[in-house]
Amino acid sequence: MAGLLPRATKRLRLSPTSGIICRDCRRAVTSSIRHSQQQQPAPSQHVSQSEKTTHFGFETVAEELKASRVRTVFSSVAASYDTMNDLMSLGIHRLWKDHFVRSLNPGIRPTSYSQSAAGQTILDIAGGTGDIALRLLDHATTINRDNGTSVIISDINPEMLAEGRKRFATSPYYASTATSPNRRVSFLEANAEDLSAIESNSIDLYTVAFGIRNFTHKEVALKEAFRVLKPGGVFACLEFTPRLSNPIMNGIYKRWSFGAIPLIGQVVAADRESYQYLVESIERFPSQPEFASMIEEAGFIVPGKERGDGGELQGGWEDLSLGIAAIHKGVKPV
Amino acid sequence: MRTQISQHTFRRLLALPQPLRLRTFSILNRPPPNYPGHVPLTLVERGALALGSAFGSLRNPHRHDLIAALGEATAKPYFISRLRKAMLANPTGRRILHDKPRITSQTMSLEKLRQLPENTVGRAYAAWLDREGVTPDTRDQVRYIDDPEEAYAMQRYRETHDFTHAITGLPVIIEGELAVKAFEFANTLLPMTALSLVAVVRLKAAERKRFFETYLLWAVGNGLKAEEVVNVYWEEELETDIEVLRARLGIEIPPDLRETRKLLRDKEKAERAARDAKDRLGAVMGV
Repeated sequence: MAGLLPRATKRLRLSPTSGIICRDCRRAVTSSIRHSQQQQPAPSQHVSQSEKTTHFGFETVAEELKASRVRTVFSSVAASYDTMNDLMSLGIHRLWKDHFVRSLNPGIRPTSYSQSAAGQTILDIAGGTGDIALRLLDHATTINRDNGTSVIISDINPEMLAEGRKRFATSPYYASTATSPNRRVSFLEANAEDLSAIESNSIDLYTVAFGIRNFTHKEVALKEAFRVLKPGGVFACLEFTPRLSNPIMNGIYKRWSFGAIPLIGQVVAADRESYQYLVESIERFPSQPEFASMIEEAGFIVPGKERGDGGELQGGWEDLSLGIAAIHKGVKPV
Repeated sequence: MRTQISQHTFRRLLALPQPLRLRTFSILNRPPPNYPGHVPLTLVERGALALGSAFGSLRNPHRHDLIAALGEATAKPYFISRLRKAMLANPTGRRILHDKPRITSQTMSLEKLRQLPENTVGRAYAAWLDREGVTPDTRDQVRYIDDPEEAYAMQRYRETHDFTHAITGLPVIIEGELAVKAFEFANTLLPMTALSLVAVVRLKAAERKRFFETYLLWAVGNGLKAEEVVNVYWEEELETDIEVLRARLGIEIPPDLRETRKLLRDKEKAERAARDAKDRLGAVMGV
């Protein structure tokens, strides 16, 4: 091995560092990388005739393209969605979802001997993997002894719906049984801005959990929610907030969001970009007072609201975990 | 609450000596990317990525993106700079750094390679790809190395990994991959190649014995003795005779791994068949 040493020691020779690269070399490598990336043209670089653009995380994209970009993101995260949720929120998302469903108290407690099998009709939007829908049905069946309540799970993304079907396949709600002759869960692939498959005034409870920040036109989705709900029906939305009120906690939270979450996405799901989009889309979501105003403008009555000093809404929502997530509710006037 | 660092200030910060530079940005204030796809990471993020990808790729060796991320996270501060300087010190390496060629399924046409004469590098490469059932598919893009030329050096190392397999004849099974990684460590000194040798624990006992007795010694000896494989301009060497290239680089091929394993498997099968026949005969004879 003696003859190998000189060449080996040459490899280890320490020379003074000089990190200066001339501009031409830097341009050359960027052009070579861009050339090899030309198989995947970024849609954000091409804006179509209609000049209307919207935000996709921190990127700006043409409006028509946002829905398909969102669909792509959720196709790639569908398989590891639940594992990633547990890792990103350290399991706390389960507490949020449990509290969300419990506070809605779905299901009608039967009060007479003649049980009506009608039950409530619940629409769970962007509920692809079915975690909210399962909680809704469990609560109605177990706590309110209501075997008639049914849930329509709607999502824009078929892979997420497939995950939902897998989850429900082992539940008692998929099949029709003696106590509940109608199937209690159904799946609908639809864009929340266009629920033409659902009749107006037919839904008792409309829920959307961690979905509405991905919608291209939230106002349109809110109007559709208003249309499909029965008078007296409830709109409930569980969503992340763009910032916490406490600046120190906000600093820690933002560093976790932008540092740890894309890293976990890379290591667990092999997909840094989708998780970078997710945390950027949280930044872009309107704050709680703004969103509560949007719900009011769609025609809902927002319970618990007051007008604060600056004229903005206060109290019309419920903050969870120091304001990381918030529950917004609205009631369609009778 | 977010402070904006201007481009000018940032460039002046970049001119600072290396250790100071590492502390000048935070997660919420990342500098602009140096090349498309570049993600500047803080020291903590890089450490976490190194740990996460090390354990992730040990658990699931098929996650090549984690192995790639481990390579990028552990290549700084010294090792990727050394590799780039080794390329700069060699005339062919300098040309590679200047031209920055990329190896993808588009740039390496397999049909043309298969038609090359029998003993050429290109034909051996195509034959190896066919034998192992892999393609020169687009390797993961380098993202976490800040300097664009060093990022290219890492990308070039990643894309020529299959050529290293082809001229040494080692297969894609874990045993073969570990032998190639040991060779690459002795040849390129990238820490990820040494770290991936921890996957020796995933080998069966017989494979481990074979690895430590034969392939590790071959890999380290040849890796140290040989010229830097990253300095080979593979696109120009496709029609070179493979023995000539091996002699020029100073590489001897190790015993053919697939043949060795096949022989052992056949021997075991024959032994087992003989034993079964003996038992059956014994049962018939009532012995």
